[in-house]
Amino acid sequence: MSIEWTRALLGGVLIGCAAALLLLTHGRLAGISGALGGMLGRRGPGDTSWRLGFLSALVVGGVLFVRIWPERFGTLGMPRWPVLIIAGLLVGIGTRVGQGCTSGHGVCGLGRGSVRSLAATLTFMASAVLTVLLTRHLL
Amino acid sequence: MFAAFVSGALFALGLSLSGMTEPARVIGFLDVTGAWDPSLAFVMGGAVTVFAVLYQVIVRRLAQPLVAETFHLPPRARIDAKLLVGAALFGVGWGLAGLCPGPALVALGAGKVEAALFTLAMVAGSWLASLLPQLGRARARELPPGPGLAQDDF
Repeated sequence: MSIEWTRALLGGVLIGCAAALLLLTHGRLAGISGALGGMLGRRGPGDTSWRLGFLSALVVGGVLFVRIWPERFGTLGMPRWPVLIIAGLLVGIGTRVGQGCTSGHGVCGLGRGSVRSLAATLTFMASAVLTVLLTRHLL
Repeated sequence: MFAAFVSGALFALGLSLSGMTEPARVIGFLDVTGAWDPSLAFVMGGAVTVFAVLYQVIVRRLAQPLVAETFHLPPRARIDAKLLVGAALFGVGWGLAGLCPGPALVALGAGKVEAALFTLAMVAGSWLASLLPQLGRARARELPPGPGLAQDDF
């Protein structure tokens, strides 16, 4: 097994542990689009601190880990700014309407045997593959 | 909040180590008809397997989480048009940029201007979608009063 596959597997195991820790302590599923989206609207009591802690740690993590693995943060292959903005808007709208992203549906949802998350994951994987096919090969 | 911070930090470590914060690698993983790089399948495989086991242990053994009153777990069965349309739109954005929400936040912390721009647009998109009247009504109907189970927990 190559080093990249080992790192991917180890990274995945860490993500699974991180999600389990959030469930164990705060009783929440580690869905990042939902944690972020929930910051935008009205929240119940005690619903802010876990979101802030979780989300800020992701950003702080980036500050630290780019120093250890700068090559992990390349921007090679990213589209131009107008496309980047459209992509961000689509991710924001899509994750709100579909109530989840790669972490919420793809990791937590599949992990707890959610048929709903399986349908969402198959759908976003298919549309992402189609998008790459269209933009990288056909257009 | 401390536990949530540790979880987020572990999550960021996993994303950085695995290669999910590299848009080129993500697009290579999605590029099944081109120079396909399947390594990222191990990220989801590893994460789902570990979470599936720990989820069972946690939910079966504990009546309530350690620092909160209840587990917030969304429904698992309902599949509707909203779910599928939303997921399809998300996939298009993911395929265009090679970034999904978690890696975008980590790359933002790493000081990448592209990630900052993407994150701003993503937050704007999420906010815009929350204004859609249909979603607002659906949430109002589904949400019990008070800090009960939320539908949009992901």
